[in-house]
Amino acid sequence: MEKNKHFLVGIFEDQDELMHAVEHIRHEGVKIHEVYTPYPIHGLEHALGYKRSYMPRAAFLFGLTGGSLALTLETWTMAFNWPMIIGGKSHWAFPDFVPVTFEGTVLIAAFGMVGTFLVESALHPLKAPRLFDRRATDDKLVMAIDLGNNSLNEDQIKAVLKDAHAKEVYRKDFTDEDNKESFVKYLVDLFTKGVTSSSRKLG
Amino acid sequence: MQVVSEVREPLITGGKTIKDITDDISKRVEESPTPSWMICFAFSVLMLIAGGIFLGDLFWTGIGRWGLNKSVEWAWDITNFVWWVGIGHAGTLISAVLLLFRQKWRTSINRAAEAMTIFAVFCAGSFILMHVGRTWLAYWCLPLPNTYGSLWVNFNSPLVWDVFAISTYLSVSLVFWYVGLIPDFGTIRDRAVTPWSRLIYGMLSFGWDGAAKTWMHYEAVSLILAGMSTPLVLSVHTIVSFDFATSVIPGWHTTIFPPYFVAGAIFSGFAMVLTLMLVVRKVYKLEDYITMEHIEMMNIIIIVTGSIVGIAYTTEFFVAWYSGVEYEQYAFINRATGPYAWAYWSMMTCNVFSPQLFWIKKIRTSIMWTFVLSIVVNIGMWFERFVIIVTSLHRDYLPSSWVYFSPTLWDVMCYVFSFGLFFTCFFLFAKYFPVINMAEVKSVWKESNPRVYRARRTVSDEEIPASDKIAIQKELVH
Repeated sequence: MEKNKHFLVGIFEDQDELMHAVEHIRHEGVKIHEVYTPYPIHGLEHALGYKRSYMPRAAFLFGLTGGSLALTLETWTMAFNWPMIIGGKSHWAFPDFVPVTFEGTVLIAAFGMVGTFLVESALHPLKAPRLFDRRATDDKLVMAIDLGNNSLNEDQIKAVLKDAHAKEVYRKDFTDEDNKESFVKYLVDLFTKGVTSSSRKLG
Repeated sequence: MQVVSEVREPLITGGKTIKDITDDISKRVEESPTPSWMICFAFSVLMLIAGGIFLGDLFWTGIGRWGLNKSVEWAWDITNFVWWVGIGHAGTLISAVLLLFRQKWRTSINRAAEAMTIFAVFCAGSFILMHVGRTWLAYWCLPLPNTYGSLWVNFNSPLVWDVFAISTYLSVSLVFWYVGLIPDFGTIRDRAVTPWSRLIYGMLSFGWDGAAKTWMHYEAVSLILAGMSTPLVLSVHTIVSFDFATSVIPGWHTTIFPPYFVAGAIFSGFAMVLTLMLVVRKVYKLEDYITMEHIEMMNIIIIVTGSIVGIAYTTEFFVAWYSGVEYEQYAFINRATGPYAWAYWSMMTCNVFSPQLFWIKKIRTSIMWTFVLSIVVNIGMWFERFVIIVTSLHRDYLPSSWVYFSPTLWDVMCYVFSFGLFFTCFFLFAKYFPVINMAEVKSVWKESNPRVYRARRTVSDEEIPASDKIAIQKELVH
């Protein structure tokens, strides 16, 4: 089967059950594509075997850049480009430069890190996300398993999911077109076909 | 096995399910505006327009419209600025400091508090722009290359630090708030039944899908933003206090200002959060999310910070006497007994005496008392800034330039404008954005669910027989 097109979706309701299920399913040798949850579940990323987030390192590097830029600007303008004696202080009055250096550090660190996060997670206003189940932002924990990426067949994986106490298991297929849906197509579909699925209606 | 503190009450009451959380919060965004909302919103817009007319005239004619004179060069403008900035600190404090201290009760109030922060900083910024007089030249505060040399801004000046501090604070708070909103916009997008709401909330949600990997990065980002916002919030009000403390005016030139201003900011910020949340809670029927426990916690913070402020007032007075500097001593005696004694004693009554009532449990857990006292505290904090600014200036070094400041209609209407701006933004937020952070409340739901809470109380818990406990656990699993 082709990769990234045919999925089995398992729906869970309880976060502790999901954690056990993830361990069980991975133990059975099934590769999990991704789990979609309405709220962060601590420890889920470890259970899924993800590497630690590199956001702290990104923030540090951006902060370092921001702080250096601010201090360089202050030093260059006050001590080199147009030196003036202000209140009898030395041109390079370091203690006075601390507040702006600090603000520069925080500003660039925050914007840089959030920018990195948005790019890393491919989040932007014109994105038409490929969703497995709309209840994943409401109250259900949705696990997707890529059939094209597993050696076990559909029925075997279904059995593993049932065994892990999945409340619902169903198959979901995407076409090539779905996988690279453009915002324009999303817009056209939305206004010609209307809203076709909603977690409010699914109840 | 998890041990849950026996004294800690559940954070969310009323036996809500996760689905109920989504419904209760999203419902408010999805329903059409209620008549009471429309009346409140119209009134806010009216204030904005009425104030805006005077503001337009102020820009056209100049700040001579205000009651300022040669001795009192700062009055309501800077009082209002510091007051709004102070209010704008509680949001970040609640979401950042309480996040670092793992205070989970913050999850129900952080969204609205952060919104309040941002709108309050808008108002504060508007006074900064007004008070420069030639607002169209306000960009001169920025270190931009120019044809005068380039002549640069003076980085030794606290006023320049303030430009950087306030703008950084506003933009970082805005980013922090928006990142928190993304998952909730996703929830509303997925519940949408009309194309327009699907499209608008879909764009606002940035295509959020709730993937575990995204949550992992998101959690790291939130924690680091909180970690950076904590020193940021302290630095901002410290720098605001430097605007005064680094000058040589008696009454301003004191080293106690930074901690005293920060405590005052938290104090007034929490009071404003209470004022707003008590109304939102009532109108939106969120009693199960913002419980009496939340209100009591905030009242306790008000007692603590109110007492810190009280100690600061006393210390200031003592140090003025102990310093032996005549001018300093006069500045303080003049505050308490001079022509502005009425303002000084209003400040003392509202800020130092009235919050002490919260020591009484009955008052601290009464909605009425909390609401009234939260407003009293905000009035007191406005007077604090007024007292610091105006009483220190109005009696200059030369008795010939001693004056009494009286506000004009333009002073009053510019203040009205800021209220209009604040409430217009706040009502729009309360209607079109989820007022409670659904994702975060859901993440603390399990341990705060009374049923789970009972089932998990496995240690020294004689109330529930073992057989019942198993039944409850079974019920939860299936």
